[in-house]
Amino acid sequence: MSTTPQDLEQLVAQKYRHGFVTDIESDTLAPGLDENVIRHISRIKKEPEFLLQWRLKAFRHWLTMPTPNWAHLKIAPIDYQAISYYSAPKARTDAPKSLDEVDPKLLETYDKLGIPLHERARLAGVAVDAVFDSVSVATTFKDRLAKAGVIFCSFSDAVQQHPQLIEQYLGSVVPHGDNYFAALNSAVFTDGSFVYIPKGVRCPMELSTYFRINAANTGQFERTLIIADEGATVSYLEGCTAPMRDENQLHAAVVELVALKDANIKYSTVQNWYPGDENGLGGIYNFVTKRGDCRGANSKISWTQVETGSAITWKYPSCILTGDHSVGEFYSVALTNHYQQADTGTKMIHIGRNTKSTIVSKGISAGHGQNCYRGLVKILAGAEGARNYTQCDSLLMGDRCGAHTFPYVEVKNSTASVEHEASTSKISDDQLFYCRSRGISQEDAVSMIVNGFCKAVFKELPMEFAVEAQNLLSVSLEGAVG
Amino acid sequence: MLSIKDLHVNVGDKQILKGISLEIKAGEVHAIMGPNGSGKSTLSQVLAGRDGYEVISGSITYKGQDILALSPEERAREGVFLALQYPVEIPGVNNVYLLKAGLNAIRKHRSLPELDAFEFLTLIKEKMKLMHMDESFLNRGVNEGFSGGEKKRNEILQMAVLEPSLALLDETDSGLDIDALKIVAHGVNSLRSPERAILMVTHYQRLLDYITPDYVHVLAGGKIIKSGDKTLALELEKRGYDWLTQVPAINTDNTGAIGA
Repeated sequence: MSTTPQDLEQLVAQKYRHGFVTDIESDTLAPGLDENVIRHISRIKKEPEFLLQWRLKAFRHWLTMPTPNWAHLKIAPIDYQAISYYSAPKARTDAPKSLDEVDPKLLETYDKLGIPLHERARLAGVAVDAVFDSVSVATTFKDRLAKAGVIFCSFSDAVQQHPQLIEQYLGSVVPHGDNYFAALNSAVFTDGSFVYIPKGVRCPMELSTYFRINAANTGQFERTLIIADEGATVSYLEGCTAPMRDENQLHAAVVELVALKDANIKYSTVQNWYPGDENGLGGIYNFVTKRGDCRGANSKISWTQVETGSAITWKYPSCILTGDHSVGEFYSVALTNHYQQADTGTKMIHIGRNTKSTIVSKGISAGHGQNCYRGLVKILAGAEGARNYTQCDSLLMGDRCGAHTFPYVEVKNSTASVEHEASTSKISDDQLFYCRSRGISQEDAVSMIVNGFCKAVFKELPMEFAVEAQNLLSVSLEGAVG
Repeated sequence: MLSIKDLHVNVGDKQILKGISLEIKAGEVHAIMGPNGSGKSTLSQVLAGRDGYEVISGSITYKGQDILALSPEERAREGVFLALQYPVEIPGVNNVYLLKAGLNAIRKHRSLPELDAFEFLTLIKEKMKLMHMDESFLNRGVNEGFSGGEKKRNEILQMAVLEPSLALLDETDSGLDIDALKIVAHGVNSLRSPERAILMVTHYQRLLDYITPDYVHVLAGGKIIKSGDKTLALELEKRGYDWLTQVPAINTDNTGAIGA
C-alpha cells in the first residue's frame, strides 16, 4: 500500500534533461521526398554512382512496401512528405578540418550533454564521433587510431576515402529492401559512423558515437557500418539525445556489423532520445534496424542496450550466426514511462554448427508505459549442437502500465538446445518497506531495487557507461514516490 | 524511551489493535506474547511506520517525540529498528550495499561523517563474527537464496550495524533450529545495553529461555490482557493462552465494539 497511484505519478513526472535547442544556422532541405531529393543528397555528399543507384533502388522498393503494423505499438500515421531529409549545421567556408574550426556553439551543446570533445574524451580515452542532425561533426582521436590501422570516421568520409569497403559491405547484413524503415534509411541516409578494424588488431580504445537531433521537422537517418576483420576486437558505444519538441520526430537508423573469423564486436547503446511529455505529446520515433553477421568461425557479436528514451522504440538488434562456433549475445534494459511504448528484442539466427546465443532482457514499465519483448530464436537444419539461453523479466510499477512478451522459437535441428525463462514482477511494498525501515529514502529504495533488477545487463556495459546507465535510470525514477 | 497510549489501529475496515498502552524505558527488554491473530505483528509494523495501518486513536511517543507522522525511514534514522518476521529478497541488490546505504543515511541524519567502503567493510566484518556469518554473505544479494536461519541472522546483523535505540524483533525465533536460535539469541544479548530498549514479539516461550525479558505482556484480541515478569512466560508455556483469553476476550470484543 506504500506505492499509491499518486506516488507513481510523481515517479513518472521526471523532467527530460537534454531538452535544449542549439541556436545554430543550418542548411536544411525543404520537406518532401522524391527521387530528386535523393539525387540532391547524393550530390551534396559527392557520392560515387554506385551509391546513388543503391539509394534509388531502395527508394523504389520502399514505395511498394506497406507500413509495418505487426508490432504491439500504437503509431500515429507518419507524413513522410512533411519531413526534411537533410539538415546540416552551416559550414563557415568548408568542412571543419580540426576541432578548432567547429562552431563553438556546437561544442557547447556537447558540453551540456556531458560530451566535451576537447577534454573529457581525451581524459576518458574514448574516441567520439558526434553526429549532429544529419552530419558527422568531428571525430576525435583519428590520429592515434590511424596508427593502429583502425579506420573510425564519419560515413561520408568513408564513402570518399574507402569506397571499396563501402561497396563491399554496405547492405550485406541489412539489404536495401529488408524492411520498411531500413529501406527508407537506405534511400535517404545522410551520415553515420564507419569503423574498420584490420586483421588481428585489438582496437586500442572504446569507440563512441554521440547522436543528437537538433533541427525541427527533420528526420535522422544515420547509417553505421562496423567491420572487424579476422581476429580483430572492438568495443563501440553510441549515445543519443534530442531537444524537447511537441511534434514527433523520426529516427530511422540502420546499423550493420560484420565479424569475420575470430573477430569480436561489442556494441553498446545508451538511448535517451526525448520521450515526449507526461501526456504523451512529442518525442522521438526510434525505428531502428540493427543486425550483426558473425560471418567467420569463432566470431562473436554482443549487443547491450539501455533504452530509456523515445516515444516509441521499435528495434531488434540481431545476430546471424553464420560461422561455426560463433556467439551472439543480447543484453537489454528498456524503461517506459508516461505514454512511452517499446517493442524491442532480438533475433538469433543459428546457421553454423555449435553456435551459441544468450538473450537477457529486462523491461521496466511505469506510468502508462507499454513494454514489449519480441524475440526470435531460429535454429536452422545445419546448426548442429546449437544452443540458446533466453531470460526475459518484466518489472511493473503501478497499475496502468503493461508488459508483454512474444518469444518465437523455431528449431529445425534435433541436436539443438533452447532454454527460455520469463518472469513478471512488481516492486513489492515489502521490498520498499524493508529498505525504508533501514533508513533509506523511498526514492533511493526504488532506484536501488530497479538497478538490482537490471544488474545482469549493466555488468555487460563498459565500466564508465555502466555508471552512466545506472545514473540515467535513477534520474528517470527520481521523485518516484512520496 | 517509548510510550504507547490507548492505541487503536485498523487494517481496512477491520479493527486489529483495540487500545494498547505500554511504557518501555531505556535498557529494558519487553516480550509480547499471544495467540495467532492477536495483533502482535501489527503492533511492531505500526511502530516501524509501515503504510496500510490506520491509527484511529491513541499516541506513540518515542524519545519524547510523536512519531506517528514520521515515515519509516525517518523513524529508522531516529533509531527505531524492526527485524522482520519474513525478511524479503531483493534480487541483484548486494546485501552489504543495502546496509551501507542504510547506515550512511542514518549517520547523515545525525550529522556524522559517512563511512567509506573500506571503513564499512571493517565494521561489517567485525559484526559478522558476532553472528557466525562467513564472508560469502558480503557478495550475496539481499536475502537472495538465504535459508530461513540465514535470513534471521542477517536481520540481527543489520541491528548490530545500525545500533538502534529501540529494536523491535518480530518473531525472530520462528523457523530457527536450536543452533541458529542460540546464535541469534547470543547476538541479541550482546546488543543489550542501558541505552537500548528491545521489544520482542513471539509466539513461543522458547526464545525467552535464551533472551531473558524484564517484562512479559500477553496480547489477545487487540489488547494487552496481562502483564508480568518472566515467570508469566513460563506459566503460559504450561497452561497455554486459553485461561487468559476465554472470559476477558468477550469483554475485549465489547469494548472494541463500543470504541469503534
